[in-house]
Amino acid sequence: MKTFYEQAWQIRKLILESLAEAGSGHTGSSLGLADVFAVLYHQVLHHNPLNPDWEERDRLVLSIGHVAPVLYATLAHAGYFPVEELKTLRKLGSRLQGHPGRDFGLPGIELSAGSLGQGLSVALGMAMADKMDNKHRRTYCILGDGELQEGSVWEAIMAASHHQTDNLCAVVDRNGLQIDGPTEQVMKLESLEDRWKSFGWNVISVDGHDHAALMNAFESAQKMKGKPTVLLAKTIMGKGVKSIENDYHWHGKAPSKEQLEGFLNELNKSRYYD
Amino acid sequence: MKFTIQNHKDTRSGFGDGLFELGKENDKVVALCADLTGSMKMDAFAKAFPDRFFQTGIAEANMMGIAAGMTIGGMIPFTGTFANFSTGRVYDQIRQSIAYSEKNVKICASHAGLTLGEDGATHQILEDIGLMRMLPGMTVVVPCDYNQTKAAVKTIAAHNGPVYLRFGRPKVPNFTPVNQTFELGKALVYQEGSDVSILATGHLVWEALQAADLLTQKGISAEVINITTIKPLDETAILKSVSKTKCLITAEEHQLFGGLGETVAGLLAQNTPYPMEMVAVKDQFGQSGTPEQLMKHYQLDAAAIIKAAEKVLSRK
Ligand SMILES: Cc1ncc(C[n+]2csc(CCOP(=O)(O)OP(=O)(O)O)c2C)c(N)n1
Ligand SMILES: [Mg+2]
Repeated sequence: MKTFYEQAWQIRKLILESLAEAGSGHTGSSLGLADVFAVLYHQVLHHNPLNPDWEERDRLVLSIGHVAPVLYATLAHAGYFPVEELKTLRKLGSRLQGHPGRDFGLPGIELSAGSLGQGLSVALGMAMADKMDNKHRRTYCILGDGELQEGSVWEAIMAASHHQTDNLCAVVDRNGLQIDGPTEQVMKLESLEDRWKSFGWNVISVDGHDHAALMNAFESAQKMKGKPTVLLAKTIMGKGVKSIENDYHWHGKAPSKEQLEGFLNELNKSRYYD
Repeated sequence: MKFTIQNHKDTRSGFGDGLFELGKENDKVVALCADLTGSMKMDAFAKAFPDRFFQTGIAEANMMGIAAGMTIGGMIPFTGTFANFSTGRVYDQIRQSIAYSEKNVKICASHAGLTLGEDGATHQILEDIGLMRMLPGMTVVVPCDYNQTKAAVKTIAAHNGPVYLRFGRPKVPNFTPVNQTFELGKALVYQEGSDVSILATGHLVWEALQAADLLTQKGISAEVINITTIKPLDETAILKSVSKTKCLITAEEHQLFGGLGETVAGLLAQNTPYPMEMVAVKDQFGQSGTPEQLMKHYQLDAAAIIKAAEKVLSRK
């Protein structure tokens, strides 16, 4: 099976470079999600970087707007806009807002997001509309695990199985961490598998850094009839930069320009891991 | 009154330090936070009073409901999250379970306005003063610096009724007196003047003082008033000032719609209207940038206040 580790590595490099240039932003989960994004944009999604508004494209709704750096890096790397533009991240007037803003016209952004707990409802609405229109495209939604503490998410989870939106696939970034610490200490989430199942979803637990496993999971989600699917993707916050891996203090910090070189060296060491 | 900068501090630290001191003085005070303990500067309270601190997870609506319920035996709950998630995210919980139910909850909101900076528009709420001030029974407090925020925390605990306390993220000049007593509903005349009244709130108070200095050099005498409480509004102080200066400007880090400007305009329209200009965000969302860049871009700085003053004087 073809994998996309090199692409994920490139995405991580762009994430680090853009964040160091910005001087602020969310490093941890942006790095942690690079494999999921590489697999989605290089294998799973039907999309066209040269025609971002292509009507029949699959929709990717990023509910956790704070990981904008991984979305921006992936989009630029895939050709949606010049990689150079990543340098404008978080700067006044940039299309690359700190949290994605639709009003700035960056191609590939389906929804403004940053306030947690809203994306899955919107993704569900898209999936429901597609069912009404007999469209065959699919909708994907990226959620954080801490984000699942928002009650509104569970309203969407309940409604999605009620409406049998099998054209909807959620991915939970199960890194076990949020701003104030480990999720199970802040506000217990387990058993996530049982909880999603009891709400009527097809639940797949998967290693969020294993490309083959991710692709298999997305494929079985596509085949599932009558139920939406959620991938509980086990990830490591900060993945690729050993010294910050699994450290929740890196949820919302950016490397300084001085730190960047060291981080890139660490990233280099994790380059050929498939 | 002449002010000097004692240091630069964030108003959210004024909240955190005030809450910590209040915790020592009053064991009825409890605090709740939705996964932002560090950003809200609530760690000192959480550490010192673990039995009176509740981590709610990222669940602001639930936090507001729990806070309302906790008032039952006379406890005084302080909720802590960013201004956006303290208001818009949970508006109906506040409206029904806190305001309409007359619950003694203190809604403490950091990262208000544009000056949270690079996170951008999703987080930069510019509508919260309007949202909160529309609720019957709600008190809306907007202190201008660290010392004043710290003092306000103690005062709102002593007040029986729901309060919205708005403060911010960046380090800004800390210039009001240490250990001041904060009086709810009292506007503070920081500089007397005769040509134009400048009514400012929050981070804009310091800008107003700077603007007034520069206006003096141009031969314009500006009266600067710190509107520390948007609701109840100190109508007497405002009417007294404008009856002398006969024109005014308001300055706030908020949307023009629903903010201090419209509040004061409503007051004047029902009394004696005078020419008025409003320094506020004009029906736009914010964006990423440094606090300084944003305040300049959206014309909320001393320069904008001067411009507004000159304009309003020409309309006199
Ligand atoms: C409604 C809302 N409440 C609070 C926040 C502040 N916030 C941003 S990210 C975050 C933690 C999210 O945790 P998780 O979903 O696990 O993301 P991770 O920390 O793993 O990146 C919080 C509390 C927010 N953006 N929106
Ligand atoms: Mg997480």
